[in-house]
Amino acid sequence: MAFLEIDGLRKRFGSVEILKGIDLDLEKGGFLVLVGPSGCGKSTLLNTIAGLETITEGEIRVDGRTINDLHPSKRDIAMVFQSYALYPNMTVAGNIAFGMEMRGVPAQERQKAIDKVAKVLQIGHLLQRKPSQLSGGQRQRVAMGRALVRDPKLFLFDEPLSNLDAKLRVDMRIEIKRLHATTGTTIVYVTHDQIEAMTLATKIAVMRDGEVQQFGTPAEIYNNPTNLFVADFMGSPAMNLIPATIGGNGNALSVVLQREAREPISLALADAPTGLSAFHSKPIIFGVRPEALTDPEGAERNASNIATADCHIEVVEPAGSDTFAVTNLGGKAVVARLRADANIQPGTSTPLAFNLTKAVFFDPATENRIL
Amino acid sequence: MSVIATPARQSTGGISARTVNRILIYSLLALFALFYLMPLFVMLVTSFKTMDEIQSGNMLALPQAPTFEPWLKAWGETCVGLTCAGIKGYFWNSIKMVVPAVLISTLLGALNGYVLTKWRFRGHTLVFGLMLFACFIPFQSVLLPMATILGSLGRFGVTLRNATGFSFGLGNPTVNLVFVHVVYGLGFTTLFFRNYYEAFPTELVKAAQVDGASFFQIFRRIMLPNSMPIFVVTVIYQFTNIWNDFLFASAYAGTGDAMPMTVALNNVVNTSTGVVEYNVNMAAAMIAALPTLLVYVVAGRYFVRGLMAGAVKG
Repeated sequence: MAFLEIDGLRKRFGSVEILKGIDLDLEKGGFLVLVGPSGCGKSTLLNTIAGLETITEGEIRVDGRTINDLHPSKRDIAMVFQSYALYPNMTVAGNIAFGMEMRGVPAQERQKAIDKVAKVLQIGHLLQRKPSQLSGGQRQRVAMGRALVRDPKLFLFDEPLSNLDAKLRVDMRIEIKRLHATTGTTIVYVTHDQIEAMTLATKIAVMRDGEVQQFGTPAEIYNNPTNLFVADFMGSPAMNLIPATIGGNGNALSVVLQREAREPISLALADAPTGLSAFHSKPIIFGVRPEALTDPEGAERNASNIATADCHIEVVEPAGSDTFAVTNLGGKAVVARLRADANIQPGTSTPLAFNLTKAVFFDPATENRIL
Repeated sequence: MSVIATPARQSTGGISARTVNRILIYSLLALFALFYLMPLFVMLVTSFKTMDEIQSGNMLALPQAPTFEPWLKAWGETCVGLTCAGIKGYFWNSIKMVVPAVLISTLLGALNGYVLTKWRFRGHTLVFGLMLFACFIPFQSVLLPMATILGSLGRFGVTLRNATGFSFGLGNPTVNLVFVHVVYGLGFTTLFFRNYYEAFPTELVKAAQVDGASFFQIFRRIMLPNSMPIFVVTVIYQFTNIWNDFLFASAYAGTGDAMPMTVALNNVVNTSTGVVEYNVNMAAAMIAALPTLLVYVVAGRYFVRGLMAGAVKG
């Protein structure tokens, strides 16, 4: 039995349905990231787990105990808010101890717990300061300390890094990951940043319009997206989604990509998904990630199905670690990811290698993956 | 921009049009300020003059031999109606009435604002709208209905006293005035606090809920300590209004021992015992105005901005 179980969760505000039947589960010590564009219901879902929002239908269980109707303070959870929500009138120590004070923990024990948490987060020298005297990163630490001191069954993070600048965000991300590794707590984490989701999670739930689009490990989500939305949302730069048709015959199918003012490219598929034969000479969406579209020398050596085709390079973007080249296929700008020292010039034609073992295909009508 | 504009004008010689404008504007402003402050000046100097000097001299002249006599007389000896014990008793009457009225109405306003923003219920906008409506009621129109209610409360107080030996303050004019001012102040205090709490980060309330704080614990430990600016504004507003109120005071405590300062001052001026003692009247009026002035000076110092800094993203 999973540690956190969410069954058929629905949430309605009046006639508007915000959450349309969510089913999720998470093992003990897992790190679940809820990711999706703004307005997808991920924060509402987190608030229902915290008990800050009531639910209309369904059930939430933690460690086998149904917590639907429990007050937030009785759920054995701790939450880190996007704005940190530190009490401005209290010192850092007061902030961390407030929950214990409300539960009537004696002052001596409170002090002991504060010291312990301060040591873990290295905020001992800040304990007597007010939140207004702290920097963004320090506030973030204090907010985590306030959660950590409760030693809860479940940690909830609501976009905790979105108020930090880019460098600090990376530092804190690593810190959260380290914290998770050392304490072994169970975490539910909301973000709209797919890189945070990929780097932190043991399980990702990609959400849109109050529905879970796909639920799985980061690798599953990245390599085997179930629909166009997930494919497009996860990954940076985003997956190339190219309108194409299926050609060839029988067992030797190929994918045909239109080009401007030149004959189309035809890429032979060695092990096409079985569902693809039904789409013969019909339009499909051909999905290939930028790292699976590269210069022939940089292509993955042990990939079984690599096809090479000449492409007209329109723009070259050297990014330091890689070079991105933009070409036009099927009427869309397509990004290829090349080695940093790849010799490539804009306005020329260069052979590019398509790693077709990593390619995915979608039905443009239903937007679902063709398997 | 003026730096660029002026050299060109100065080169023509003489005073620039800008300087003339400034002089004109400031002299006009000074004139208005002078005009506005004139009554206060006359009151102040008159209150330090002897009656002889007032009768013979110039109204605007400074006192030849400044004396505190009129102030002492106004405070301790002057006649209010038939009793001649000064206005000090009425001053304390006002304090006893204003302080509870201000504190109760402000705290209730804060509580209302808290509920109307952080514990919203179905129809909260309607309730707020109705409370706002109280701000627009002309107080003359409620004089009679309120008198009826206070009368019933007084009779109930008598019943209570007969039954338990204690009237619980019902029927006491000071309590009556506190009640009236709390009721009619609630609209304003609620408006002030609701608008302040509307911008108050709700995540703080959520965090406190997760921490296990109850409804009133959140109010006392989180909301109130972070409401200093609006608290001061409300107290200044309520104190000024209630202290200066004459209508309710004269209607519900116009006679007798509970008479507040404003009514007493009116009676001081209207009491004629031959010579009108302008200096005493002026001193009494100054005494009546002092507390509101004091509240502005003292409370204004605590009117600090940016108290919320550090609660959320900075």
